[in-house]
Amino acid sequence: MVPLEYYLIVAGIIFTIGMIGVIFARNIIIIFMAIELMLNAANLAMIAFSRNLGSMGGHVMVFMIMTVAAAEAAVGLSIIIALFRNRDSANIDEVNLMKW
Amino acid sequence: MELAIFILTSLVAIVAALLVILQRNPIASVMYLVTTFVAQAILFIQLRAAFIAILQVIVYAGAIMVLFLFVIMLLNLRREDFGKDIKLKYKPLAIAFAVVLLIETLVVINASMIPAQPGADLPATFGSVQGVGRELFTTYLYPFELTSVLLIVAILGAVVMAKKKL
Amino acid sequence: MELIWLIPLVPLAGFLLNGLFGKSFSKPVINTIACGTVAVSFLLSLNAFFGLLRLAPESRSVEYILFSWIPSGSFNADVGFLLDPLSAVMILVVSGVGFLIHVYSVGYMAHDEGYARFFTYLNLFMASMLILVLANNFVLMYVGWEGVGLCSYLLIGFWYEKRSATDAGKKAFIVNRIGDFGFALGIMLLFWTIGSVHFSTVFDLAPQQLAYGGGIVTAATLLLFLGAVGKSAQVPLYVWLPDAMEGPTPVSALIHAATMVTAGVYMVARCNVLYMMAPTTLLVVAVVSMFTAFYAATIGLFQNDIKRVLAYSTISQLGYMFVACGVAAFGAGIFHLMTHAFFKALLFLGAGSVIHAMSGEQDMRRMGGLKSKLPVTYTTMLVATLAISGIPLFSGFFSKDEILWQAFSSPFGSPLLWVVGLLTAGLTAFYMFRLIYLTFFGQRRYDDHVASHLHESPKVMTVPLMILAVLSVIGGYIGLPKALLGGAWFEHFLHPVFAKGAEIGKLAEGAGESHATEYVLMLAAVAFVVLMIFTAKRYYLDHAKDSEQFEHGFGGLYKVVYNKYYIDELYDKIIVNPLVKGSNLLWQKFDVLIIDGFFNGAAWLAGQWAISMRKLQTGMVRSYAFVFLGGAIFVIGYLILSR
Repeated sequence: MVPLEYYLIVAGIIFTIGMIGVIFARNIIIIFMAIELMLNAANLAMIAFSRNLGSMGGHVMVFMIMTVAAAEAAVGLSIIIALFRNRDSANIDEVNLMKW
Repeated sequence: MELAIFILTSLVAIVAALLVILQRNPIASVMYLVTTFVAQAILFIQLRAAFIAILQVIVYAGAIMVLFLFVIMLLNLRREDFGKDIKLKYKPLAIAFAVVLLIETLVVINASMIPAQPGADLPATFGSVQGVGRELFTTYLYPFELTSVLLIVAILGAVVMAKKKL
Repeated sequence: MELIWLIPLVPLAGFLLNGLFGKSFSKPVINTIACGTVAVSFLLSLNAFFGLLRLAPESRSVEYILFSWIPSGSFNADVGFLLDPLSAVMILVVSGVGFLIHVYSVGYMAHDEGYARFFTYLNLFMASMLILVLANNFVLMYVGWEGVGLCSYLLIGFWYEKRSATDAGKKAFIVNRIGDFGFALGIMLLFWTIGSVHFSTVFDLAPQQLAYGGGIVTAATLLLFLGAVGKSAQVPLYVWLPDAMEGPTPVSALIHAATMVTAGVYMVARCNVLYMMAPTTLLVVAVVSMFTAFYAATIGLFQNDIKRVLAYSTISQLGYMFVACGVAAFGAGIFHLMTHAFFKALLFLGAGSVIHAMSGEQDMRRMGGLKSKLPVTYTTMLVATLAISGIPLFSGFFSKDEILWQAFSSPFGSPLLWVVGLLTAGLTAFYMFRLIYLTFFGQRRYDDHVASHLHESPKVMTVPLMILAVLSVIGGYIGLPKALLGGAWFEHFLHPVFAKGAEIGKLAEGAGESHATEYVLMLAAVAFVVLMIFTAKRYYLDHAKDSEQFEHGFGGLYKVVYNKYYIDELYDKIIVNPLVKGSNLLWQKFDVLIIDGFFNGAAWLAGQWAISMRKLQTGMVRSYAFVFLGGAIFVIGYLILSR
């Protein structure tokens, strides 16, 4: 069988890709997808540990993460819609009101 | 055989993940994201997480991604909506950071002594709908119930946010 | 009697109602609330008084604790009320006279802009004053003490468009601050040495824990007396009271004659146990107050402002009350307090009625001959004048004579005190009759414009005058001395409160000189007073032309007295001016340069720092994510390396 470390390495790589996506993407929707990528990488690590330890706690945790992801997607996308409606743009750099 | 399938699917997952963030067109990004998710679902099956794998396909690849597509279509985003490409001053530094993060992850994985366990003695219900369900409704009942609250709040939040006028 | 806590609370409710919603109420509603609440207080006071009478004399002391206000370690102050003969007399006088003055104000203030404001303050004053006299501990008493001070300030400066009124208000407040400071220190000293602020505890423990005539009890009583000096306008802190006449006349009657200024006397009487333990303080009290009585009476001789004459007369009469306390005749002091509340309130209200009729004129030189125009005012004021002068059969005679007799015969008194007191009584009679003659008799000295508006005051003002006039006559009979076949009932009633003090001072009740001496002294006093009245009649009525010549006949003395001994100018020179100069120096040099410089400099430094730091906050979410990543990397790296 495949050692646990391999799965973890794959999860780490996907997580890093997601991280890069969050920092570099200008399209707010792509940033969102990158966040989903990171969440999935975490899921993969959970499942791998769960398999290794023979406990199903990780499965439940992934279930929770998926719920959170769904909720976040719903709210996040509605934020995007509101933003686009007000600013007519999906460029994250034009959303810079978070300063004095 | 097992290892071969692992290598193949994980390569697909990584490459598709890279393509997600390199694409200009968000619709293409979504397609690659779906690819990554499906590849991960295969990895889940390999890890004997059948229920989660199915959830991954149905909820993630199905529902959430359709939501993404729907929003993209709804907004009808064009190229110029993203504005000009502003050069980030800290681009090299950020790449360096990402590399450092990856190296750190690998170091941690390498350094941790995880005893490998044989897979043969797992119960038959491990990862099945029945097994996960039992866990959810016994040990994790309260967190499970709380997720329903979370979903309600999310629905309300989404409605409030997306509404034109309140 | 369980309802005594309502007595101060009802006017407080009136204060809140009128204060919060007075602007939208019509005048009848406002005065119904204001007078009604005070009337309820008066009825409750009556109820409490008769309830007290039903008890045995020894047990006439009822405490009702509403709630524990400041429980803090060994310090405990309750919102608790104490009903005993002393406070019963006080609440009756305060709420009764207060009610009459409220009613009078309805007429007097009818055309004033600040109608609601006036009654709001008045009700707040009633609440504070009743708290003051009903409190069962020093701290709550202090609350009332400061409350009446605040109302006094607000009401003196009631016509705040007038510069002199606001100045007078400030003066009253600041001068009172000196006294209140002493009062507060006295309370603290008592708590420090005895460990309680509760009246009954303090008075029970003081004789055991403090040495008779010792330094601590002397210091504490002197400090308390300083508070009384401020509030009750004795030398040297009396200067605010004459200026307080800038307020509306009902205020002068209520606060600056009948009630608030007597708070000091009440407080000294309340603390009689402590004062009896400190003979030195008693001597100081007697000397200071006797001096005040005489001194203020001399200033009153030649003032021309009708209200100022009364103001100086008030100071003088307060001096009398303190003399009584100083010779350990607390009952006589409270007796005079009560009769004085009647006749002095009446005098002020009468003066207010005259001023009202004269379209605001206060100078007696421009009055004269008002007797026929204002018959009710004249009659009632004449009654009050006879009372204050000490003419037999009027209330003032009994109370004043009791004080003079005690000053002569008490173990703490001396014939000298009696002589000065007698002189003062004569001067009082002189200036009061001067006032009557100048105002109501002789030639008319006002112009036609005033004459056309001249009118007797409405019923709502004259009826309180008449009631007070009746009280001024009969008020003295409840304390008829034994020498005049009376039962000294008033003093018997108050005796339980002062019994402990008397025990400490080894005073034997009813002992002393024979009645024969008392008769002689009484006759001497009456004779002197009548003589002074005839002097006044000679120069201000029969030979009115001579009056100016008579006054100026005193030469330099007249000038000094007329200018109130230049005390205000002296205070300005030796206290106010140096303070102002010093403050200016501190402000311009120390405050602006050093203090402000320090703080402005600190603010400037913080600003510069912030300007350099705010570049970090770009508002770009991605740069935040970048910093976030850097932080995560650092933490993970640290954990790896430190392993």
